[in-house]
Parts: sequence; structure tokens; C-alpha cells
Amino acid sequence: MAAIIRMRDVRKTYATGALEVEALRGVSMTIEDGEFVAVAGPSGSGKSTLMHILGCLDVPTSGSYWLAGGDVGELPDSHLATIRNQHIGFVFQQFNLLPTMTAARNVELPLAYAGVPRPQRRERALAALARVGLADRTEHRPGELSGGQQQRVAVARALVTDPALLLADEPTGNLDSGSSAEVLALFTELHAAGRTIVLITHEPDVAARAQRTVLIRDGVLAA
Amino acid sequence: MNWTDTFASGLDAIRAHRLRSALTMLGIVIGVSSVILTVGLGLGAQDQVRRQIDALGSNLLIVSPGSDTSEGGVRGGFGSASTLTLADATALADRSVAPDVADVAPVTSDSTTLKAGTTNWTTNLVGTTTSWPAVRGRTLDAGRFLTEEEVSGSADVVVLGPDTAAELFLVGNPVGRTVTIGGTPATVVGVLASTGTTGTESSEDDVAIVPVGTAKRLTGSATASVSTIYVQARSGELLSAAHQETSALLTTLHGVTAAEPDFSIATQESLLETANATNRTLTILLGGIAAISLLVGGIGVMNIMLVAVTERVREIGLRKALGATAGAIRRQFLVEAGVLGTVGGVLGVGIGTAGAFLLPDLIDQPVSLSVLAAAVAIGVALVIGLGFGVYPAGRAARLTPIDALRGE
Repeated sequence: MAAIIRMRDVRKTYATGALEVEALRGVSMTIEDGEFVAVAGPSGSGKSTLMHILGCLDVPTSGSYWLAGGDVGELPDSHLATIRNQHIGFVFQQFNLLPTMTAARNVELPLAYAGVPRPQRRERALAALARVGLADRTEHRPGELSGGQQQRVAVARALVTDPALLLADEPTGNLDSGSSAEVLALFTELHAAGRTIVLITHEPDVAARAQRTVLIRDGVLAA
Repeated sequence: MNWTDTFASGLDAIRAHRLRSALTMLGIVIGVSSVILTVGLGLGAQDQVRRQIDALGSNLLIVSPGSDTSEGGVRGGFGSASTLTLADATALADRSVAPDVADVAPVTSDSTTLKAGTTNWTTNLVGTTTSWPAVRGRTLDAGRFLTEEEVSGSADVVVLGPDTAAELFLVGNPVGRTVTIGGTPATVVGVLASTGTTGTESSEDDVAIVPVGTAKRLTGSATASVSTIYVQARSGELLSAAHQETSALLTTLHGVTAAEPDFSIATQESLLETANATNRTLTILLGGIAAISLLVGGIGVMNIMLVAVTERVREIGLRKALGATAGAIRRQFLVEAGVLGTVGGVLGVGIGTAGAFLLPDLIDQPVSLSVLAAAVAIGVALVIGLGFGVYPAGRAARLTPIDALRGE
């Protein structure tokens, strides 16, 4: 199995005024293709920082990070945007759907930034929505959908580019237990189909759904 | 993201905030429509002046008494000194002295009340000679003009302007009927054709023309002076030759030097320039004020775009997470600002055009619409939208995705 993610001694330091906060103090990890990994830890543990670096939303202060075979440690912003577009599918706690657009157009958005022509975009978006069980909700706006349905639209949007990594940040944090179960079942299903998933959470029962759990505390991974 | 998508998302954002977008555009709309209207008013006034001056005749020199000292000097009694005489006009008509002069019409001008039956009408009483219609390029609708005999004999006959005739004689043909001018009855021998000018003041169509001697007698003026001599050159090319001959002859006749003449000669072109210079200053002034309001509209666009960027921090963060580059975000906000500006510009041209059709009825001023001004105004609105969108768009583009996603 090929490694999708390889981190070596990643450190991240934030300077706030004179104070330096070391959010990550040397994280090394490897995630193989097709794994379902939960990153768990209490708030303030560096979980979010790790997620930002995994998602190429931020760059490490030191250390190296390979994603899908390429070194993304020191790429300029515009390259990182392309990497995010091609290799990573995000699912956020707040769903982050654009309220003025229909579900289908929300799902099309990453393809628009990738420069995919309109008809193909549409086709792939509808397929992704069908994949998450929302084939009959494609023309609904986020406001017309339940929380669980909105999060499934977000999952469809994350899947539509066929990314190497699905990165979910507290995906059930804003959902009731029924919807949570629905979304987690979807992740399990996607994993079974061979998708690589990294799920960030502070809830142990959510983490339990993953194949393995990585614990983070005070900026380092606990064994 | 291609331009079609960028436009679609820009339009989406504008549609999502209809009221706010409309208010933002309002500034641009008001700015552009006032530019269209002020430029239109300026052009309209220039057209009006040109028509009035064209109505004077063609290839004309207008000789007035008094010197029009143009360079820093005092205007030496322009119009007050009565230095032009009938003899000057006779001399100018002499082919051997002024070969390039086609015809000469001396004119006296006084305000007088005419009476026909019980109707009174105050108009401009013009005393002149038989050459007046040829020089001034006027024709008659009815009857005839003054004859040589009537002019030399100072007969009590009058030719009326069409408006004057209409005021004095509501019905029937005025020719052959009698009007009383200053107590003296005079026979109407003809009615002039309209010049078609619609000037509110000093209409060329409201006039009463009598032989020059008759005018002197009726107004009790003993001198032989005239108020204006119209000199017509043989052709447009000979206008400056005729100008020199007229100037030389009058200088000699009046015994003055060319440096200090007691008369001034204007051409239609110079009259037009003088009138337009005033108009232009006014148009620039008003246009400038309108342009400032357009600028204020642009600042409104910037203000709203800054609010939009702050308000849509999460959206920006999301778009960046999904792969939008800084450039794509910048384009998106620039397109939004540009669309606001352009739509505002188009609406402004629409309202300005509507105003241009309504305004002449309200303030009795002609408004000329200019396609060029409309195109420039829309272009400027676009540039203002883009120009004032640069800063907010830059702010949006510089947001880092994590800060943007975190923002509430």
C-alpha cells in the first residue's frame, strides 16, 4: 500500500506579539491509501493546526509533509490552492455551503475552480449527489435541506473532484444524533469503497468509527 | 474558474442582496444621469446658438458702432456711440471700393408698439433698405418686400415677421391692411417666412420692417446713424477679403486709425465662438459637479464592497479551501464591483435620456443627447466600479483560508 500522507517532525509555531505558541511540537505520521483514520484530542491539543496543515490550508514552520507523493511543505499559496482543489476534499463542522446556490451548484464549485467544462461539471455533481443519496434534492438550496442533508451535500462536494484524501473536521459537531449516524454511516460506506478518510473529532464515539485513532495532546501524538 | 462562472457568481451575489445592490448603484445612476443631462444641456445650448447665428444669413460680416477692444483694453462705448451712418452703407455697396462685397444692408433697431384695431403688440422696429432680404437670407410668405421707391421716399409701409403678423391679425391675410406705428398708419405690404428658430428671446420671426427713413421719422431720430450694417461677402472664401475692404473703407471714412477703430466687425463664426466659449465654461463647470457626484457614487461602491468582503469572510475561506486562488477571489470581487458600476451606468444613461426628453418641457431649454457622452459615461462608470473595487478585492484575496474559515 502506498502512503498518501507522510509527515516528518512537523512543527508549527504561532507568534502572537512577543508570545510564541508552539501548536505542534514534532508530529510524524503516515497514512496509507484507503485508511480511515480519526485524529482525536481535547480542544487546544493542536488538533485544528494539524488539520490545517494536513489540508494545505497552512504550512508547517519546520518539518516535511508529502501528500500523494509530492512535497507540499514549502509551496507558494497559488500552488497550495491547486493542491487543495485536486487532492483534498473538505467537510466542515459548519457545512459551509453557499446559501444562494442550489445543492448541485454547490457541489460543482470545486470543479469550476479546476476549470472543468460546464456540462461535465453538472454530470459529475449529480453523480456525487446520487452517491450520498440526495439525487432528489439537487435543485434545493441549503436553507431547504435538513442539517444531515446539508452535510451530505458537503460530502458530495468533497468527493466530486475524486480527491486522494477526504478531510473531515468535526463533521458531526452540528448535527443531532440521527443525522450524525447518517453521516458517519456514509463515511464507513465510503471507506469500504476504498476512500482515504481523515476525521478530526473530540468525541470518542465518533473516533471509534474509524479504522484506527491517532491521539494528539499538547502538540504531540500520543502513542 | 472561467469568466462565465466568475460573472455568474458575481451576478448571484448582487441578486442575493437586491436592495443593497440597488442603493449602491443609485450613486452611480445619479452621477451618470446628471453627466448625461449637463452635457446634453450644454450641447443643446450650443445647437440653439448655432441655429440663431445661422439664421442671420450666410457669409455675413456684422459691423457695429464702437470699438470692441479685445486685448485688455476698455470696451470703448460699444453700441452707445452712433458712428455708423447710411453713407457708410452706401459706400460699402460701391463695387469699385469693395469688390468682394456682394450686398449691404444697414439696419436701425428700436422697440415700438404696433397697433391693429384694438390689438397692441410691442416688437422690434427695423429700418432698412431693399437689400435686407438678400443679405439676411429671408424670403416672404405673402406680399412683397419694400421697393426702391418706398425706401427712397420713406413711405409708410411695413413688412411684418410671421409671429408679429399672427399676433396682430388673428384671422385673414395681413397684406393690404393697416397697422399704426407710433400714431402713423402704415400699410402692410408683406409677411416674412419663418426662420424656424425657436429662440425664446429676440426672435427673428417677431419683427416689423420699414424703410430706414420711415423708421427715423417714426422714432423721432434726427441723425443718419444706423445700429448695424450687415455686409455680405460674395462667397465664404472671400469673407476675409470683404472683411479687410470693409475695415479699410470705414477707417478712411471715419478718419480713425486701424489700431483704434470706432467700429467693430464680427463674423458669424466669431459670434458663435464667443457664445460657445461661455457655454463651454458653464458645461465644464456643471459637468465637473456631475463628475464629482459620480466619484461619490464610486466611493459608495467601495464602501459596500468592503462590507461585502467582511460579511463574506467565510465564503471566501470556503472558496479558497475548495481551490480558489487569490487571483480568482480578486476577479470575483472585481467583477461584482464592475457589474455594479456598469449596470448603474446603463441605468443612469436611461434616466438621463428620459430626463433629456422631459426637461425641455419643464425649463424651456433644448437638450441634445450625445451617443458619445453616453458611451463615455458607461465606460467611466465601469472604470469607477473597477477602480473602487480594487482595494476591497485585494483585501478579499489576501485573506488566509484558515482566518477566513474561522471568521464568524
